[in-house]
Formats: sequence, C-alpha cells, structure tokens
Amino acid sequence: MSEEPRVGVFVCHCGINIGGYLDVPDVVKYAGTLPGVAYAEANLYTCSSDGLQKIKEAIKKHSLNRVVVASCTPRTHEPLFQGACEEAGLNKYLFEMANIRDQCSWVHMHERDKATQKAKDLVRMAVAKARLLTPEEEPEIDIHPVGMVIGGGVSGLTAALSLADQGFKVHLVERESKLGGYLNKLDRLFPDNTRAEDVVGPLIERVTEAPDITVHLNSAVTDVKGFIGNFDTEVATGDETQPLNVGTIIVATGADYLRPEGLYGYGEVDGVVTQLELEQLIKEGKLGKARTMVMIQCAGARIEERPYCSRVCCSEAMKNAMLLVDEDPKREVYILYRDLQTYGLEYSGLEWDAKRKGVKLVKYDAERPPTVTKGERGPVVNVFSPLLGEELTIEADVVALSVPMVPNPDNKRLSQLLKVPLNQDGFFLEAHVKLRPLDFATDGVYICGTAHSPKEVAESLAQARGAASRAGIPMAKGRLRTAAITSVVDQEKCSGCGTCIELCAYNAITKNEKKLAQVTSAVCKGCGVCGASCPERAITMRHFTNEELEAQGLAALREA
Amino acid sequence: MKPVMVIGGGVAGIQAALDLADRGLEVHLVEKTPSIGGVMAQLDKTLPTMDCSICILAPKMIECFRHPNITIHTQSQVKEVSGGTGNFDVKVLKEPRSVDESKCTGCGICSQKCPTKVIDGWQEGLTTRKAVYIMFPQAVPLTATIDREHCLYFQKGVCQVCSKVCPAGAIDYEQRPEELNLNVSSIVVATGFQEYDPTELKEYGYGRFKDVLTAMEFERLVCASGPTGGHLNRPSDNKLAHRVAFVQCVGSRTHKKGYPFCSSVCCMYATKEAVLIKEHDPTSEVNVFYMDLKVFGKGFQQFVNRAKSHYGVNYVRGRPGEIRMNPLTNDLTIWYEDTANGDVSSMEADLAVLCTTMIARPENVELAKALGLELDEWDFFKSLNPLTNPVETGMPGVFLCGCSHGPRDIPESVAEASGAAACAAEVARRFM
Repeated sequence: MSEEPRVGVFVCHCGINIGGYLDVPDVVKYAGTLPGVAYAEANLYTCSSDGLQKIKEAIKKHSLNRVVVASCTPRTHEPLFQGACEEAGLNKYLFEMANIRDQCSWVHMHERDKATQKAKDLVRMAVAKARLLTPEEEPEIDIHPVGMVIGGGVSGLTAALSLADQGFKVHLVERESKLGGYLNKLDRLFPDNTRAEDVVGPLIERVTEAPDITVHLNSAVTDVKGFIGNFDTEVATGDETQPLNVGTIIVATGADYLRPEGLYGYGEVDGVVTQLELEQLIKEGKLGKARTMVMIQCAGARIEERPYCSRVCCSEAMKNAMLLVDEDPKREVYILYRDLQTYGLEYSGLEWDAKRKGVKLVKYDAERPPTVTKGERGPVVNVFSPLLGEELTIEADVVALSVPMVPNPDNKRLSQLLKVPLNQDGFFLEAHVKLRPLDFATDGVYICGTAHSPKEVAESLAQARGAASRAGIPMAKGRLRTAAITSVVDQEKCSGCGTCIELCAYNAITKNEKKLAQVTSAVCKGCGVCGASCPERAITMRHFTNEELEAQGLAALREA
Repeated sequence: MKPVMVIGGGVAGIQAALDLADRGLEVHLVEKTPSIGGVMAQLDKTLPTMDCSICILAPKMIECFRHPNITIHTQSQVKEVSGGTGNFDVKVLKEPRSVDESKCTGCGICSQKCPTKVIDGWQEGLTTRKAVYIMFPQAVPLTATIDREHCLYFQKGVCQVCSKVCPAGAIDYEQRPEELNLNVSSIVVATGFQEYDPTELKEYGYGRFKDVLTAMEFERLVCASGPTGGHLNRPSDNKLAHRVAFVQCVGSRTHKKGYPFCSSVCCMYATKEAVLIKEHDPTSEVNVFYMDLKVFGKGFQQFVNRAKSHYGVNYVRGRPGEIRMNPLTNDLTIWYEDTANGDVSSMEADLAVLCTTMIARPENVELAKALGLELDEWDFFKSLNPLTNPVETGMPGVFLCGCSHGPRDIPESVAEASGAAACAAEVARRFM
C-alpha cells in the first residue's frame, strides 16, 4: 500500500487485569510517540460495545488505516476487534494485537515498572508490524454437493444413507462384489445376539433403493486430485475407469483380522481355530460333540509388535462362550484373558452373564502366556493362573484364538492417494485425537468405523453418522471461505528444488509447468513450514511476511 | 428452516451445536450452569497427547459464543416439551443471573469486592468463590452471576457492594426468572454425567479423611488453575504429596454398593493423572490399584506402556479393601490383596485418589418425562437400539450423544455429537 500508515493504538485496562499492574496511561503516551501512530487512547474495556464503538469512531475521525489493540489474547478477542475494523470499512488484516495481559500484566504482577516497560515493548513491536500490513482477501470456493464413501460395510452404508438423507448425491465405492463388509462374515452380534444379517440386510436394502446413492461394486478408487469441494477422482470397475467429481470423501474401508499362523498351534494342531472360524462352526451347528472349549484372548495383540488392544474380542468371546453353553449346558468353556475389556452400559453385563452361565474366566499374565500342544484326542492347553497360583492343564476339543483386527492392507495405497496419514499401527490417523476424531487434517476427507481403529458395530454406526455430518457441513453451505493467511511462492526466486513440496503436511504445493513450486491456496493452512525451509527464501506467508516479522523483531531489540 | 435445540453445553453439546450451526441451522444451546464447557473444562490435561484440556476446549466454546447461528441460554433448563419430530414446542426456564449479560465485561471486580465466601463447586469444593462470581477464567459467556442463595442482598437485604463497584453498571437485582418458548425441529440431548459420591463406601474413608479425593477433585488439585496452582499440596496439612495411590472401580463393577457396569474411562484417566504426578516430580511413588486394565481405545495400550516404562508408574492388580489414616501423621495406609501372588499387603500413601464411576445426572428423570424418553435402570437415557441405533431414541426427532446415555470418553462423545447432528440435519431437511 502506497498510502502513508496511520496507526491507531487502543490500550485496554481490562478493569484491573492490566490497569492494576502496569501504567496504562504511560503506555498510551508512549504509543503516541511511535512512528506511524496517528492516534492512541486508553479504554476501560476495549472489548465492550462502548470500546468497539470508540475504535470505529477513531478510524473515521483520524483517518486510521491500521489498528493495534493492546489487551488480552488474540485467540479469544482478535475476531471481535477485526469485526469492528471491518464495520468501519477497514480490511480486517490491517489489524494487529499486542497481548499485554496474559504475556505481561498477569505474569509480572509484582513488578509494575518492568511490566509497564514490557507493555511498551510489545506495543512498539505490534506497531512496527502494523505499519507494513497489507489488506488480504479470503477467496471463496464452490463445494460440489456430491459425496463419495469408500467402503460398503456397515460404516460406509450408514454414512452414505445419512448423506443422502441430508440431500446429497453419493457415490459408494465397494471393493467386493457385495455390500455388507465384515458383517457378512459374522453370525450373531453382541450384546444381544442380533443376527448380523438383520443389521446389515436392511441397510443394504435402503442403500440399493436410495435414488441418490450410486453403488460401484467390484470397484476401487485409483486416483484423487484436487481439494475440498472439487476432488477429481477415478474409480476403476474391472477394466473400466470412470472419472467422478465429488466435494467430499469419507473413508470407511474397515479393517482386516490377523491370520494367526504359528500362534498357539494354529495351523499345526487340529482343533485350533480363530474366533471367527468358531463363530462359523457355531452357526453351522458343527460342534455337536465338542465338550471343552478354550478361548485365548489377546492372541497376537497387546504384544510388542502389535501393541494395541482390539477392543471387541473380549465381548465377542463372551458372546460365543454363552452361545456354546446355551446350546449345551454340559459344555465347559474357558476364556483365558489378560484384562477383560467388557465396558460401559452395553458390554459390562456380558461379563456378569457369562459368569452366571458358568463360563470359566481364567486370567493369565502377559509374561506367561498359555501354551497349546497336540494331545491324544485334541489340543491341550496349559495356562498359569496367577490368581490360583498354579498351572492348569485343559484337554480341549476346540481352542479358539481371539485375534485382533489389523489394518486393511489397502490402507497404505489409499493413504497416499488421499494424502492422509496412518498411525504407527497402520490405521488411519485423524486430525486430532480428542476433538476432531472424524476429520483428517486434509479438509474435505473424513474417517469412520474400523478404518480408524478397532471398534464395535454401534460405535462404527455412530461414527459413520458423525462423519456424514462433518462431510455434510461444507456441502450444505455450498461455498467455503478459505484462509487468507497462505504462502506465496516468488517464481523469480524459486529454484524448483522441491523441499517445500516434501515438507508440506497438507500437500498444498505442487510443481507447475515450469517445474517451479506453486501453492494451492484453498489447501494451504498457512503453517509456514515451507517458508521457513525454503533455501532461496522464495516463499513468504501472507500477513506474516519476512519484512513484517523482521520489523517486529528489530523493534523488540530497540530501546524505548 | 426451524432451529434445533441442544440440551447440555459440555463438549458433546458444543460439538453438536457447532456442526449444526456450521451447516447453516440455527441452534439453541441450553445449559444449566452459568457457563458452557462442562466437565472437560474442569480437567487438567487430556490423554494421550497431554493437551491442556481447557486450552483445546476454550476455542470451541468461544466459537459457539461468536457463532451467528448459535444462541446460548445459560442457567436454563428444559421444562416442558410438546409436539413431535419436525415441530417441537419447548418451554425453557431461564434463572436470573442478576447481571446484565449485555453490559458485564467479565472484569471480576464485583467478585473481588464481594464479602461472601461460598464453597466453589467448580473447583470441586477444594476452595471458595464469592457469592457473585465468574465460574472460571475461560467461562463462556464471560459474565458474572449472583448466587442468590448466598448473596447478602438476596438473603438479608444488605450489602449491594457489587452494584456499587461494577464499572459497567451491569448488576441487576431485579431480574426475574424468564420463560422462553422455542419451536424447534429436533432436540439433541447432551446432558453428560456426574461423578459417583463414594461416601457410602465407608472402607475408603472418603469424607472422613481429607486426603482421600475423588478423581475430579484430583483434576482440580493438579491443575495450574486449581486451588494450589497445580502443586500437590494435600488438603489435610498442605504437605506435598509424594506417594499417591489410585483406586480403580470405585462404585463400579460391583453388585454391592455402587453400580455393576464398568465406567469405561477410569483406567485411562488414572494413568494420565499418574503420569501428571510423575511429570511434576519423577521421584514420586505412584501406584494404580486395578482389576482389569481397560485399554480398549486407540493408542491406550501404548499410553499405559509409556506410563510404566518411561514414567515408572506402578500397577497393582487388586481391589483395596480398606484405607486407614494415621491421625498423627495424616498418612494413609492402603490395605489390599495383591492378586499377583494372593498376599494381603499394605502400602503407605500421602494421598489416595478414588477413581469413581460416571453416573447419570439426577435431572435426567424430569427431563426424560418432559421429552417422553425412557431411562434405563440407572437413569441414563435409553437409545432406540443400543446396537443399531445408538444415537436415536424412542421419540423420533430426539437424539442422544455423550455421557447422557452412559460412560464414554471425549473422542467418542465428540464423534457421537456429530452423529446426533447428522440425525438432526436429516430431520431439518425432511421438514424443510
């Protein structure tokens, strides 16, 4: 901006929060002497409606073209003051804040003079930066109101249905020839022995009949370009590929389960099966004569190479154990466990019920896991019970291994395609463990179900509905204001080394036709990593330019 | 389109409100206390990232406050509901704050000058607040409120100091309870939980021994914004607690006094609290007494592994039978059976933390009546079907999330809140 800077400085007393511990009038007086400052005043509360009104009046009266507020934290109050600037016709990026409360009065409550001095330093720095600020725009992008859901298990089906019920068209992409996913392999579901087909069947029916959902069976997503609102994808079905343009993508690709070759005699001793295989045997009624069953929990889980707990196996084992006892009360069923993971209102009861039905729960130590050997008539299980202080030998007819869910083998390919991360275990990694469990750091891509981590049907369904909410938000709005604080590449200085492309966590930088770096502003989060790492200093951040930061830094070093 | 109502301003209610408001729906967020934030605002850190809890929640609280589509009704409760999905008429009773929200700037001068001290519930009773107060520094709205039950003016007609010192002229003794009649298309119930009161478990001495705390009390004690500034000064004699024992399953997984269900989150929050102690002082002795270590969440086992190997937290399998106190030293002795070897042993501790179960809020009973919802035997709200329809209820257009229907952790509550928001958005579209 060629216009001479005319900065207005507003110093807040914040009642006594600031005014009680440093000399606000002195800071105001000092601010008035700084180069570029056309006006300075103190407010009891700059954030009160009265204070905001004063900012607006001063902008007009003193022809201010930059505003600095010295008060509390920008995290809570910057939008408020920016709003006041905008209402007075000033671009909100011509506003700068000095935090003289959290970073000054609150931490120097007993050093009035020094606190006053530091407040002056902070104001001087803010003014130095403010003088160089330029107006910025927040460009708007269109959001194509079509969603894609990858994976047609319970999670994918639920997410697709919710998106359709919210009014969006949906492409549901399923690798197999049939919808339903992992539930197609299961018989009964805990906690109430509902048939899996009774859960997944109605969902498949509704999805198949929904006019707004297009199901792509035997299909895989093979290419993804673009960004939120406008992803250009390619879906391959057999030998044919078709381009699909979608606004958002939900990952619901589910999980696999561990094949326990070599664990506890699996594949070596007859009668050792997985819990899933046992479930099949129960379903087909093939266990007629079998009397003694042993279930081994954490088979291949909670160990060094696979540290995570698979969440569902304890409840799964309880359910199968009770089905076995219900079928024939003379049966002896043992569950060898490390820590029972039945929890909450829904699943805690399984433990009580199983005990009541005579299922024998035997704890074992991770350091002394059970062994399974081939006996005269079937597998023999030896387990040391720390509670009894002795080793038990159980001659079993069937040994069922509760193996953990493992990441879908396709996760790696998909994570590269969608440019979203996996965690150390190989499951998809959400944007924030606590508060953004269904989002990826990349806008417009969401996660639900067992692709996220092992979980029960109910939790997958709740997550799927939640992911559909997250994906539905930008599509419902139709347009999205993107951030103004993004990076800019100076094409004259860029050498095309690609360092920034490697480092960008959001895949916002690509090479253009001249093989030079180019930022897609809609994807850029303004984190600044590219700018800090560019060897040619060719990248600057809007609103945090090198010149602005240097001016601010130099001002810090200058004596007041 | 009609607005949506969200009942409860904890992290679940906040998330549901933001999801709905962000997509363009108007939201009435109804909160019983003077500030939104719920229990998460009271927590010190969150696992496994050890993020400061209020630091990650506060931006969301402020987003609610600033959102043009969200109206926050604090000190408000739903009293009557009629109609059905797509068209609910809700009567909300708003208690008087006695402070004009539009004038109060949250400076806190009224609180400073108020002569009346009251037990501070937000600090879990570990310290006092004033009769006119702001719930906590990051409260939203950042507005004072007068606790009429303890205010000298309301009780005895004297004082009025707050009104004299308020620079904004915001004190308003004349405010009356207000009745709001709101028409909404759907209702999200996010009323949360409360902590089980372990006083009835006499063997643990809670209420008799000052240094036997509940986990929520410990969260405030260890928090930098708590009564001791985050130092582990134990309540009895201010001595720095060096040996701390955590007792799991207090009031849970039992058919005796308490509840039969597992409270889902205690093993992990105890692990987090144990790590916090070790971060404060690596030489502390921290023992966690447990029955089964519940590590079923994403990254939980890895977090426990780190607590053991990196921080040196010790886990003992066994349910303590009794806690005794030495009246000369105030020190505690924890008697327990170590199920690893069957021996009855004892252990000395400066402080014991009871990891109490999450239980239903007592207001659920009246709210369920108003909403026409069913409660389970423990007064949690019942899902339509816990397996296939976890966030829906028997009443079409009313949805559940968070601990209103049972113990769950923050990420599950947040994910469910989005799920409930999706259900509400579907209803909004159907009745467009």
